[in-house]
Amino acid sequence: MSETLNTPLITVENLVKHYGGRRGPISWATGKPPINIRALNGVSFEVRRGETLGLIGESGCGKSTLGRALLRLHEPTSGKVVFDGTEVTALKPDALKAMRRHMQIIFQDPYASLNPRRTVADIIGLPLMLHGLAANRREMRDKVAAIMDKVGLKTSHLDRYPHQFSGGQRQRIGIARALISNPQFIVCDEPVSALDVSIQAQIIELLTGLKRDMGLTYLFVSHDISVIGYLSDRVAVMYLGEIVEMGPVETVLSNPRHPYTQSLMSAVPDVDHPGKHQRVRLTGDLPSPQSPPPGCKFHTRCPLATDLCRVEAPPRHDLGDGHTASCHLINDNVSILR
Amino acid sequence: MTTMPATPLLQVQGLRTVFETRAGRVFAVDGVDVTVNPGECLGVVGESGSGKSVTFSSVMGLVRPPGRIDSGSIHFEGRDLRALSPQDMRKIRGRDIAMTMQDALTALNPALTVGEQILEVLYAHDETLPHGRMARRKAARAKAVEMLELVGIASAGDRLKYYPHEFSGGMRQRIMIAIALACRPKLLIADEPTTALDVTIQAQVLELIADIRVRLGMSVVLITHDLGVVSEYCDRVMVMYAGQVVEEGPTASVIQKPQHPYTRGLLQSIPRLSLRGQKIKPIEGQVPDLIDLPPQCRFYSRCSERLDACMNRIDMRELGDLRRARCIRLPEVKA
Amino acid sequence: MTVADDAAAPAMAADQGKSLFKRNLENFAENRLALASAVLVLIFVLMAIFAPWIAPHDPNETDLFRRLQPPGWMPGGEWSYLLGCDGLGRDILSRIIYGSRISIFIGTAVILVATTIGIVAGLAAGYLRGWVDIAISRLVDILLGFPYLIFAIGLMAMMGPGLFNIILALAYKEWVIPCRVVRGETLAVRELEYVEAARAIGASRFHIMLREIMPNILSPVIVVSTIRMADVIILEASLSFLGLGVQPPTASWGSMVADGRAFILEAWWVSTFPGLAILLLVLVINVASQGLRDAFDPRFNE
Repeated sequence: MSETLNTPLITVENLVKHYGGRRGPISWATGKPPINIRALNGVSFEVRRGETLGLIGESGCGKSTLGRALLRLHEPTSGKVVFDGTEVTALKPDALKAMRRHMQIIFQDPYASLNPRRTVADIIGLPLMLHGLAANRREMRDKVAAIMDKVGLKTSHLDRYPHQFSGGQRQRIGIARALISNPQFIVCDEPVSALDVSIQAQIIELLTGLKRDMGLTYLFVSHDISVIGYLSDRVAVMYLGEIVEMGPVETVLSNPRHPYTQSLMSAVPDVDHPGKHQRVRLTGDLPSPQSPPPGCKFHTRCPLATDLCRVEAPPRHDLGDGHTASCHLINDNVSILR
Repeated sequence: MTTMPATPLLQVQGLRTVFETRAGRVFAVDGVDVTVNPGECLGVVGESGSGKSVTFSSVMGLVRPPGRIDSGSIHFEGRDLRALSPQDMRKIRGRDIAMTMQDALTALNPALTVGEQILEVLYAHDETLPHGRMARRKAARAKAVEMLELVGIASAGDRLKYYPHEFSGGMRQRIMIAIALACRPKLLIADEPTTALDVTIQAQVLELIADIRVRLGMSVVLITHDLGVVSEYCDRVMVMYAGQVVEEGPTASVIQKPQHPYTRGLLQSIPRLSLRGQKIKPIEGQVPDLIDLPPQCRFYSRCSERLDACMNRIDMRELGDLRRARCIRLPEVKA
Repeated sequence: MTVADDAAAPAMAADQGKSLFKRNLENFAENRLALASAVLVLIFVLMAIFAPWIAPHDPNETDLFRRLQPPGWMPGGEWSYLLGCDGLGRDILSRIIYGSRISIFIGTAVILVATTIGIVAGLAAGYLRGWVDIAISRLVDILLGFPYLIFAIGLMAMMGPGLFNIILALAYKEWVIPCRVVRGETLAVRELEYVEAARAIGASRFHIMLREIMPNILSPVIVVSTIRMADVIILEASLSFLGLGVQPPTASWGSMVADGRAFILEAWWVSTFPGLAILLLVLVINVASQGLRDAFDPRFNE
């Protein structure tokens, strides 16, 4: 099923996620002031049907939170998420549960993402049981076997336990579990980061193959820029809870316009062309998500920061071809790489 | 740039380290030769089970039961490390050869301040410290501050009082490097120093190590699974698989013209922007179980170029230009 | 899809198809001392179950001619009354055998009740957090401040004697111990990704607590509960010793010890043998449960 429509499958408007901050029962009882972590600070973007949207950024940028907030695994503080015409953020619990069939997630840690006390058949078959997609146990096992085959696992291992599998195989189990309800959209949260290099390649090929065969749409979160560069169609760069640059992956990664993206790309080691990049060193430390700087969040570390940057948050500039960047200096054609 | 001086700094030959487990004997390191020359940076690349970490734990004398060094020789500056008494080995460890670990949070003692941990090393090894208690402490403290500044930690004097958990991951890694370098070792073994770090911090840490290497004339062994890192920072590279070295040589040469199918497979399977639209070719299968391995090529089950002759014991072959590889299909198969 | 894994079996060839539980059981079996103790516990349990068939005499049959008769190997004793007789001429051995029923039954019942309540409360507190957690945790803290035995005595005094009341009096505080363990474990497990995965699939909170979390926290709970069993048995014996436990003529080891106090100098066997029975049962339960903890504690595994 080839989706050439490229219409948005998901639209995100001003998604905000703050942790803590409310004076809930715990802070009342303990008397401690609430900690307010602003993980997502008003993120807006869309995910097009059939594409792989890569999400990159460093620790604390909010990329993992974004994936989970999209699925309402962590309830957004405010903002709107529309999935295939339905406003996910407004759904009641029952309707939300039904929606979950269509949007799934693959986790990073192949060891913690599978319940050690359940068999593979139970783990993979759980979505079928919860959504009533299998009439009886027999049908469930058949469907589980089919999906196991699809992801490259032996169906004879249906009744084994997670600890009997290797890391790569466990990740396949997690993938099977995400696919069995036939979703349209999958958040891939660092699915290969915890795997050995040679297994990473296997899983990456598996994911791209499945996407083709099943007509899926991916949000691929990773800190590994090379992986994102390889398999994404478009990429969004995040910093301190905001998207600072976004666009077609080749454009953004080869010709980054935001100073942060530029410094990021200069730090990525290139196997084939070592020493090619001119290193850009950022000054200062990463600000804490509890007290993000005013104005442009990046100004504290940006060598090009002006007074305007310290005071006013930059608007999103359209650079053509779907490439956008949020920087005051974007039209001045300056580059952090002198 | 590699020069071949007469005496290598570290010379390991035929190292075999075995672990006695319930299920059988595992030779985590099975006949490994390592040479590290003064002033060079050797990259050691391998995945889980390759034996890359255990090799250097063995060099440091840190292998404990159920593991032990079964055979082989380890010479540092011409001295046989295996023949040393535990006291003599302790003098070398931390002072002449230092090691940093992957996970800085668990490698650092959470109950001691950072300053105390650096001082620990200095008190143990630094013979240039004065003798009186107060003078000694003052001198050691000054050195500790110097070390933290060397690794780029601002307000070093104040930061000495902080505990490891109060630092970020990248800074902890740098603190570990500071502790390792406190006694100006001749050899630094950095075990996966950047695996858990963000890419910009990774670059900072690696540049720091490269910088210090030049300033102190130190040799570095960089253990990693990231070929990109090796390509940028290492003079020579050693590729390990399932307890053996499968390929070795100057970095640029190995990466541009890999001779062993495993190295080739690794290079072909790394996803890169430049490979968009093409399929990357993953290496099929998995690392074999290390228990009771038959004497044949260990990469056999995953090799796309295997022959029947590969089912025998395969030794390293010299290929000229300081290159070696453990494969019988050379030099016919070129990249 | 041909990007398959190796043709050989996956990593742990040695543990084909065994669940975590079975592997832990095997670990346990390797500890000979623990295994022997477990066998002895089993013997006590069998003794309790088959008491009517094993006991040589009726435990309540009094015979004033046999009053304070010494054990069989001493002068004046009879082998058929092996451990001698008590102040009312009842066979001590038979009473010990029947008494095991009380100790074991009450011990088991209290632990079962306490553990059930503890698991439910602990899961709710640990997973649901918020006010539920605050309420339960405060309740646990308050109860922990109560002196166990004194309150049990007070409760018994209020409620009067009886089997049901004893169980209640001992369980009132006992449940907080498994509750704390369960709450702690739940707090750890709920952060694991497989719980998040279940939520992502749409599992209800009930499903998650029961099917995802509970199987993973049972091990430590079982271990703690078996260790506590020994304590509960001692508490029951204490209550009986004070006369607040099961009432005469039912034989309870604690009351037997109390009965023998008056004759401790001339007829030491009346108190000593029931006392030894308590000692032995508690000892083997403790050793067996320590072995259980060693076998099932994940820190000792691999």
